[in-house]
Formats: sequence, structure tokens, C-alpha cells
Amino acid sequence: MRRSFAKALGEIAEADGRVVLMTADLGFMVLEEFAERFPSRFFNVGVAEANMVGLATGLASCGYIPYVYSIATFATMRPYEQIRNGPVLHSLPVRIVGTGGGFEYGAGGVTHHALEDLGICRIQPNLTVIAPADHRQATCAVHDTYDYPGPIYYRLGKRDDYEIPGLEGRFTVGRAEVVREGEDVLIISVGSISVEAMQAVDLLEEAGIEATVMIVASLRPAPEDDLREMLSKFEVAATVEEHYVEGGLGSLVSEIIAGHGIHCRLVRCGIRGMSIGECGSEASLREAHDLSPRRIFRTVLEAL
Amino acid sequence: MSTHQTITPWNIRKLIIEQSKRANVGHIGSALSIADIVSALFAQVLRKVGSDDRCRDRFVLSKGHAALAVYSALYLKGLIPRKHLQSYCCEGSMCGVHPEHHLPGIDFSTGSLGQGLAYGAGAALAARMGGDDFRAFVLVSDAECNEGSLWETVMFAAHHNLSNLVAIVDDNGQQAFGMTKDVLNLRPLAEKWKVFGWEVHEVDGHDVAELIRTLDGLDTTCGKPKAVIAETVSGKGVSFMEGKIEWHYLPLNDEQYRTAMKEIEETSKP
Repeated sequence: MRRSFAKALGEIAEADGRVVLMTADLGFMVLEEFAERFPSRFFNVGVAEANMVGLATGLASCGYIPYVYSIATFATMRPYEQIRNGPVLHSLPVRIVGTGGGFEYGAGGVTHHALEDLGICRIQPNLTVIAPADHRQATCAVHDTYDYPGPIYYRLGKRDDYEIPGLEGRFTVGRAEVVREGEDVLIISVGSISVEAMQAVDLLEEAGIEATVMIVASLRPAPEDDLREMLSKFEVAATVEEHYVEGGLGSLVSEIIAGHGIHCRLVRCGIRGMSIGECGSEASLREAHDLSPRRIFRTVLEAL
Repeated sequence: MSTHQTITPWNIRKLIIEQSKRANVGHIGSALSIADIVSALFAQVLRKVGSDDRCRDRFVLSKGHAALAVYSALYLKGLIPRKHLQSYCCEGSMCGVHPEHHLPGIDFSTGSLGQGLAYGAGAALAARMGGDDFRAFVLVSDAECNEGSLWETVMFAAHHNLSNLVAIVDDNGQQAFGMTKDVLNLRPLAEKWKVFGWEVHEVDGHDVAELIRTLDGLDTTCGKPKAVIAETVSGKGVSFMEGKIEWHYLPLNDEQYRTAMKEIEETSKP
């Protein structure tokens, strides 16, 4: 998704001189083309995320649309107060781009695992939060929201080499996308883990269980009407997210179920603790935290 | 709107004492510390301040807790009505202890130290990118130089030669819970900014003529970003407040109010 983002941003910047890209010294093999095409609108600010968000606030107050880029942990947590007191408080169009949600930087260790970025961003008023499921949806989201009012956080996966079947790149702010229909259980997924969720759905189908799958890429504004309507049709639903089960998609869906008194049991597939001392690939960490296709399949099966 | 009184340190100090007493709010020492700097900026230095002009100079009160000094200047300049100033710290007021950008003349909401210089640097960068000649003035406190994020901006501004960025350091030597030399020694402060690549000027922060001469004399069209280290005294103008930590916090009682106002009226004539 990050390369799709860079390509889309280049197209946007070609047409709109307000677009500025800043990075806190990351983006090797991703941002070079933008830097070469638009040298006066590209800044590597150094390893200084707090300053980067502050600069972007100043730029946005003067009419620019700055994108600030780093790994998801560093893009959101290091400058969290700057995000809150800068673009959120001033309602300015700063775009915070975090790459590698969840365990995508698996071997990098805990410091590189973005496990709470969606939760901490989702609670900020007026901060739009977007986590596409594949590169086509990322491209659509970046194009459709670049001049959207107020600040945006994009959580972008590293990979561009898969597509979620049935998604076809669809994205609308405040809406969820149904990519598969079945009557037995509702699966709701966010971000790049959706590819595992879809494989789990294939396993369910082999076991004779038909699932409806919703992709939620717009966490704020939340697709409340879409979720309420769909949750009302099922006795059991499961959320799948590469994020702590608190604060992210599982919490969002729980809030909607509770808020509307919907009779639907929810199981939350997500991360339930920091993976201290665990080093490994994204795949092995997903397996260890019950987020592999087979583990998701088993969790859903047990809930039924 | 206002009665359009002259913007002077004397008028600003009187309003600080008057409004902090009425509101029963502290941060008086910090506001008095910058009265002369704010007077110089709003009376003379800042261009098109308070307007919607895209090319107006930007001003950031990064040490937001001294906002009463700026509210006083905005009132004296006719940018906010007396009723706004009079509502300082009242329920529903636009004028809280820390400034909010919805108020005319306030470009950025501040209050969390170490963030304002980056806003100013972003605005200065925008001016350069757009070919505009406006400047960004950021008033920081010396204790604010404890914040690492400030030094991130200091390095960025120097690296990019943001000549139209001016940091004014209110160097009163004290902070919320002690003297700066005892809490986290910043000395030599001017040399630090110089070593980080800034053009540094050291001035008496209570000499308005020197402040105006220095700030107006800066060549913001080229060269390095500018730091003006203004030596000040917290609580300046009220003898029992000067250099005293407690006046970062305390409100005035009736007797202290009368004494403070009398001292200002007698010793700091306009």
C-alpha cells in the first residue's frame, strides 16, 4: 500500500501545488520518485516526528496540505500531543501517514509494532482515521480524501502484492464495504489482516459455514449505519484486526452493538498483550496471537 | 471595540494586574515578564497583525500561560473588545489562561510548551515556498528550552536557513518549580542557539526601544533564523513579585492588588 500511496500522492501533487510531503527519515525505495519530481515540496526533516507534525501544522495554517510520513508507531505515538494540539485542535488538513500496522514490521520488535495506533487516533475528535485493506483501496482512499476537511490518519500496509476478493478498490468515507455474503456469521475486518480474514472465511466455507464479510476502512467517521444494519441480521459476529482488541475495530463494533441494543454476540480477534520477547516474522506473530487464517477460523467456529 | 489606548508596557501591566485580580487567577509573574516584549511587537514590529491578510506576520505565544499580556495588547490595539478582556477566565470566555486561535490576533492555540516554535517554522517555511515576505515571531520561555521538541525545530530552521523565523526567548531565569540554573541549567543559552546555527542577539527584555531597534533591524530576507535572547525579570514592575517562584501560581489578595497597582502607576510611567 505504501508504494500505491506514493504513486497516488505524486498524481495528486502534479495537479495541486498545495501538497507537501515530509518524512522523518523513512521511505527508502518508496518516496524517492516524489522527492525527485517535487524537490521544493519534499522535506526529510530528520528523525524528529514531533517537529514534523508541528511544521505541518504551520504549513497547513498557511494553505498547504502536508503529508507526514513514518512507520505507524512513530507517526502516531511520538508526536501524539502535537497531533492533538496541532491539526486536531486547529482543524487543519494535515495527513499523518503511518506504514506497517500491527506486526508488519515483525522482526523489528515491539517498538515497531503498531498495536494501538487506530485506537489512539480514533478517540480524537475530527481526526479521520482510514486503514485500507489492500493497495487498490489505499489508492482510492488517498485520492478521494486528499482535500477532505480536517486532519486524517492513514494506516497503510507495507505490501502491494495482494487484493481482497470482491473489494475492487472501493472506498467511501463513513461507509463499510461488503465483499462477501453469507447467512451464518458476520466477519468484520480492517486493514491488511483482511487477507487472513478472507482465508479464514474460505476455511469456514469448507466447513459448511457461510459468512458475510465487511471491510471497514473508515474507522472515523465510523460506518455506523452500515454496521448497525448488518449486525442486526446476525446472532454472531467477529471482528478481525491487527491491533489490540481494546480501542480499535472490536471496540467500535462493541460500541455500536451496545449503543443500539443489538442482539448479536461479538468475538474480537485481535491482540491481547504486548509480544515481549517474541521476535519473528509477521506470519509467526499473527499465528502466536491467534490471527492466522486457521486461528481466526477456529475462534469463529467456537463462537458458533 | 476598545478605547484605543496606546500599547505601552505601562498599560499592559496595569491590565494584567487588573484582570488577574478580577479573575482571581495566577500566572501574573510570567505575564509581567513579557509585557515589554509584547508591547514592542504589537505596537511596532508585527505587520498586519490581527488581519486576515495571507501575508500578515504570524505571532506565536509559545509560552501560552502568559496570554493575559497578549490579550491586553490585543485590546489596546483595538483587536478585541473590552468585554473579551473583561471575561478573562470567566465561564464561556474566549480568553482563557492559555490562548485559543479563534480569538482575533491569535494565530495558534498554545499552552503545551515546546510546540509553538514548530508552528512558526512551518509558517515561515510556507512564506518562503509561496514567495511571500511575511515573518513568524515566536515567543518562547527560557524554561521551554528544556523541551527536546524545541531543539528539533531549532535544528530544522537552521538547516533550511529560515531567515524569516524569529524566536524571542523570555529569559527570566525561573520556571514553575525552581530557578532554571537549579532545575536544568541552560547556560550558556545564547551560545547554544549560536552553535545550533542561529543568528543571536542579546537584549534587555524590558527596554522597549532596544527591543524595537533589534527586532526591526533584523534582516529576515536572508541568512540564518534569528534568536533574540531577552533578559527579563519574572514579575517585572511589582517588587514583591520580582524573581519569586510563587508568582507563577498565586492570585492577588486585595492588599497585594493595591500595592501592585500603586507600584506600577508610580514606577513604570508610559
